[in-house]
Amino acid sequence: MTQLIFVPDDSAALSVGADDVADAILMEIRKRGLDTKLVRTGSRGLFWLEPLVEFGAPGGRIGYGGVTPESVPALFDDPGHRASLGLVEEIPFLKSQQRLTFARCGVTDPLSLEAYQSHGGLKGLRRALQMKPAGIVEEIVQSGLRGRGGAGFPAGIKWRTVAEAQGAQKYVVCNADEGDSGTFADRMLMEGDPFLLIEGMIIAGVAVGADKGFIYLRSEYPHAFAKLSRAVEIARQEGVLGEKILGSPHRFELELRLGAGAYICGEETSLLESLEGRRGQVRPKPPLPALSGLFGKPTVINNVLTLAAAPTILAEGAAFYKDFGMGRSRGTMPVQLAGNVRRGGLIERAFGLSLREIIEDYGGGTNSGRPVRAVQVGGPLGAYWPVSLLDTPFDYETFAEKSGMIGHGGVVVFDDTVDMAEQARFALEFCALESCGKCTPCRIGSTRGAETVDRIMQGENVADNTALVRDLCEVLRDGSLCALGGLTPMPVLSALDHFPEDFAAGRRAPAHNRK
Amino acid sequence: MNKTPNPGFAAEFDPARVREIALRLKDLEGPLLPILHAVSDAFGYVDDRALPIIADMLNLTRAEVHGVVSFYHDFRRQASGRRLVKICRAEACQSMGAMGLIASLEKALGVRLGETSSDREITLEAVYCLGNCALAPAAMIDGQLVGRLDAEKVMQRVRS
Ligand SMILES: Cc1cc2nc3c(=O)[nH]c(=O)nc-3n(C[C@H](O)[C@H](O)[C@H](O)COP(=O)(O)O)c2cc1C
Ligand code: SF4
Ligand code: FES
Repeated sequence: MTQLIFVPDDSAALSVGADDVADAILMEIRKRGLDTKLVRTGSRGLFWLEPLVEFGAPGGRIGYGGVTPESVPALFDDPGHRASLGLVEEIPFLKSQQRLTFARCGVTDPLSLEAYQSHGGLKGLRRALQMKPAGIVEEIVQSGLRGRGGAGFPAGIKWRTVAEAQGAQKYVVCNADEGDSGTFADRMLMEGDPFLLIEGMIIAGVAVGADKGFIYLRSEYPHAFAKLSRAVEIARQEGVLGEKILGSPHRFELELRLGAGAYICGEETSLLESLEGRRGQVRPKPPLPALSGLFGKPTVINNVLTLAAAPTILAEGAAFYKDFGMGRSRGTMPVQLAGNVRRGGLIERAFGLSLREIIEDYGGGTNSGRPVRAVQVGGPLGAYWPVSLLDTPFDYETFAEKSGMIGHGGVVVFDDTVDMAEQARFALEFCALESCGKCTPCRIGSTRGAETVDRIMQGENVADNTALVRDLCEVLRDGSLCALGGLTPMPVLSALDHFPEDFAAGRRAPAHNRK
Repeated sequence: MNKTPNPGFAAEFDPARVREIALRLKDLEGPLLPILHAVSDAFGYVDDRALPIIADMLNLTRAEVHGVVSFYHDFRRQASGRRLVKICRAEACQSMGAMGLIASLEKALGVRLGETSSDREITLEAVYCLGNCALAPAAMIDGQLVGRLDAEKVMQRVRS
């Protein structure tokens, strides 16, 4: 039987040399005249092991981590090579996960519709096509699925609103702007299992009565763009997209659009403005996009992961999905562990995992080997958590109670060299940089805020300036049209509240300056 | 692959080419961003002379098109240097020393962040997250994503 070797074709893997490794493997196969085939997959999301090469074997795939072109011949000579990780599925980081959305990612060829189907793909859509649209919506409602883009709004309720809205033309828009630092799950999925997103969007379209979808993808993801474009073409050729989807009376068309480097275009109304060809300025709500969205038509707008959860829910049933999780956070959450961490990557687990389990058990502590000092969860607008709060479980409500948010699931670890005043300053600088310009506090107040933090850092009127920053945060929170201005106080205030010593007069110099 | 020059670098401005792009894309729903991207890919930047052509084709005012071009970070108004280094300055990369790395690169390359060297050899720019946050610090060098970066790795690439 032909032996199979798998090498990821995922941007992160490529960023540390996966293509060169793949070339070296092809050369070795040719040189040795082997009956061996190289398959390019997505990534498993065990990024500290990239490039992670897997050799197919009767008992399962054997993994080799951190492979270089130079080390390739040795893998062929000696399968027990010291880079061997044993069975990939048995690596604790992966084995303990509950991969529903990412079940195929890193396993199959992302552009093989055949592999997609033989691994359970299109099962959800096929079932949906047998159902009444209202039944599909009800399934999503019952699953408890909430938006994975940040706000955690119940997806089924949104779909129901669009389904019940009047209008001959409706749209499904996928928010693939993934701007949050520390997040990469959307990218991984679009590169590693693009048909799943396409399937999710078609299900949404059938459920709400929309026959056109757009994916708004950030321009920082050219590789995902290429992969998705190919996947859309293939889906069209194979009758998954277009007229009479899988032989049903339904039609659905899909277009890919690129963003242009604006964080604010991840905000849904700004995204719609951008899709329509305007400046990405936030629209006041109401009207809800569900009733008057893209080109004024009823529009479902959901994050990549929200839409990609739909096929599983339809295939396995709402009860199956709902069975995972805690409280009002149902299903699985793809947590993205990043920053100064030894084992960074994607962790898909039922809600309820604590930050400590994520950082210590999965992450293995910091990459620098120094103590963890702060953890930012939920992107640039998320709170900084001190070590004393790491036992908090990953759950929308519990996080909110502690003045934090899950956001899109990014967890960024900092060691004890971090200067939290710098981080607070950066949050305000970022707000100024990315502001759409509609609200004065966001546009101008943020710059004043950054300057005030500078003064605190220089020890100028520390008490007064700290009070000023807090006041400004209140103005931002209350006087902003959207969450860019409205939530910038979260990182700033959490830094002030949990790390006051970094703002005190005669403040602690960061450890890297203390040596 | 990693030798791809910065795409579209310093292509000669050509109004006919802009017209051809606009004509090809103008019937899309919401055609302006796709047109600006295509122009930007073709020339490496969006020339001021392209704006009236696009405005005309889409029945927009020149001010409207200008407003859109100026809103988005991607649409540069001048060609970049021959080599383009976009370095991530967002939090996950900060936690792995991105700010210090940027300072050393400014020194080693002799160019400030956001600027192009006077010989137009290199442009150094900030980006905010490239989705490679588990392999930070990260950068996009001439369109290629690079992870686990240090100054030496960047210098090696831009000198190749
Ligand atoms: C400043 C800002 C940036 C955002 N960026 C994103 C993003 O990159 N991706 C995303 O899915 N949602 C983002 N959101 C949330 C969207 O506004 C919206 O809630 C989401 O697309 C709805 O989809 P969901 O319910 O599936 O999460 C952002 C919100 C704000 C205020
Ligand atoms: S808060 Fe900022 S980004 Fe949001 S609408 Fe106001 S100005 Fe625009
Ligand atoms: S924060 Fe630098 S790649 Fe995400």
